[in-house]
Amino acid sequence: MAPNATARLVLQASAALAVVTVWARWIAPHVNPYQLQVINYIGINVVMAVSLNLINGHTGQFSIGHAGFMALGAYGSAAITCYGGPHLLPWLSGTLGLAEGTAKALLLNGAMLAGGGLAALAGVVVGIPTLRLRGDYLAIATLGFGEIIRVIILNLDVVGGARGFTDIPELAGTFWIFLWAFVTVAVIARIVGSTKGLAYLAIREDEVAAEAVGISTTRTKVSAFLLGAFFAGIGGGLFAHNVTYLHTNMFTFMKSIEYIVMVVLGGMGSITGSVVAAVVLTALPEALRAIEKYRMVMYSMLLIVLMLTRPQGLMGRHELSFAAIRRRLAVRKGGASVAGDVP
Amino acid sequence: MSAPVLVVENVTKCFGGLTAVSELDLELRSEELVGIIGPNGSGKTTAFNLITGFYEPTRGSIRLGDKRIDGLRTNQINRAGIARTFQNIRLFPDLSALDNVRVAFHVGVRSGITSRVLRTQSFLDEERRIGRAAMELLERFDLARFALSSARNLPYGEQRRLEIARALATSPKILLLDEPAAGMNPTEKVELARLIRRVKDEYDLTILLIDHDMKVVMGLCDRILVLDHGETIAQGTPEQVQRDPKVIAAYLGADAVA
Ligand SMILES: Nc1ncnc2c1ncn2[C@@H]1O[C@H](COP(=O)(O)OP(=O)(O)OP(=O)(O)O)[C@@H](O)[C@H]1O
Ligand SMILES: [Mg+2]
Repeated sequence: MAPNATARLVLQASAALAVVTVWARWIAPHVNPYQLQVINYIGINVVMAVSLNLINGHTGQFSIGHAGFMALGAYGSAAITCYGGPHLLPWLSGTLGLAEGTAKALLLNGAMLAGGGLAALAGVVVGIPTLRLRGDYLAIATLGFGEIIRVIILNLDVVGGARGFTDIPELAGTFWIFLWAFVTVAVIARIVGSTKGLAYLAIREDEVAAEAVGISTTRTKVSAFLLGAFFAGIGGGLFAHNVTYLHTNMFTFMKSIEYIVMVVLGGMGSITGSVVAAVVLTALPEALRAIEKYRMVMYSMLLIVLMLTRPQGLMGRHELSFAAIRRRLAVRKGGASVAGDVP
Repeated sequence: MSAPVLVVENVTKCFGGLTAVSELDLELRSEELVGIIGPNGSGKTTAFNLITGFYEPTRGSIRLGDKRIDGLRTNQINRAGIARTFQNIRLFPDLSALDNVRVAFHVGVRSGITSRVLRTQSFLDEERRIGRAAMELLERFDLARFALSSARNLPYGEQRRLEIARALATSPKILLLDEPAAGMNPTEKVELARLIRRVKDEYDLTILLIDHDMKVVMGLCDRILVLDHGETIAQGTPEQVQRDPKVIAAYLGADAVA
């Protein structure tokens, strides 16, 4: 590894350590269970919004099926921990001699990866018709897909059917939620930020031109669905093992719409925008509880005002990063001879 | 003479009852610069769309070297070595000029998804190499100062040049230019013609060019093909074509000849 890369890794590790320390020493002791729940939801919603952003924002494929992928990940992983856990845990800690915490962590992450894999598989299945469908038609197809998944699960008695899936082990706490939120953001940012990842943006910008420069729009779109669905599945796994109860009512298309609102509000294709929007839109309804009666009215009004004043979303298509800020400052000082706008 | 690099044989394209291109025969030899002219709606762009796989020929075949390319997808044809620009500029408007070119390098990318996520040294090296190559292309097309501007904010002439730069980033053997000089003033046209010639020599390109501007076409092309209502009505050197009564008739109306 180059010295530069090593230095960055050390920097990132220390930053992570600092965050964890500040959290554990100064914040966690003052947080009540209700606030902690909101914080956990924020983390899960970051995973969901950022992964949907890859499909809708970066690649420009309007999907309303994200709750369906989330449901697959949630039910898939919960089925593993519920039915497999009682056999796997003793084996992990007994036969392999792992500590109880390690065994549980392995079980959780293994189950979530499997749930994510299941969702990714479904993502490919949905991705294939998108090769033919555009815009509204794709939106309707993905909406239908999400509902189909929901109805199938509703009729699966092993995962509770209409009663709901209860007694899921509470394995995913704040630590795992935020670790996965971090992983989701880092992985998607790195993929999209590379030369190869520009292909997603190129498809959003102009599919015809993308084909003409050698981009297989087919493969790229399917891979966007695969990756986006995978992380939605992870988000579902976190949700299942945090809330410990699942019901198909939690995954209606209204849930998908909530995530779309986050992506649009944050700015299509802006990862930092999605993160900010996920935080704001999760915390806001809670903050508005004080004015209980008008809560949803206020929430909707705020959305309307935001969309009117910033139709491109909070961040537009830009990212919030130190490099971007540096560039902007440099231009303002006349340090760089860059014409036009600066991304 | 060398073997032809591109052979279009007896290609016809019908849209319902309309025959947009009829029995087109065209051979491009290595490093030739061939022009296609013809009145509006004569099938020039359709010919490009056929060669680049946007349309499949109704009849006929297209070969690149000794490989059949009709029926391949557009991205496969690009990978096989044919790049193009569009009559109505098609850039990636919200991407920077640099990223417009960078993305066109993506086919050659070796780094897999793991090395991209882990940012391995080989990935970083490759990205740096691509960034440098993209920047060099921008410099060559006098676009370096626009590197970080969104493509949509570039002046018109610059957008046209950026589109050519992007096409070149895919390392084509054959470059198809659809009215590259459209909308330019006479000075810009002269500069563009010079640029096309220079680029052709530097990259050893074979170029097929559509344009309405006779000065540009006559000055640049070794050979010219004239289409009218999808039919090839003349073919030859600029001088031959210019004198051809059928061409004059097609352009000025039959009356002008009489
Ligand atoms: N996708 C299509 N469907 C139906 N008709 C088409 C299609 N594409 C082209 N045409 C028709 O084919 C004919 C040739 O069009 P084409 O665009 O190739 O002309 P052109 O020579 O490029 O003209 P111009 O100089 O105006 O660019 C026109 O009559 C056009 O309307
Ligand atoms: Mg045309």
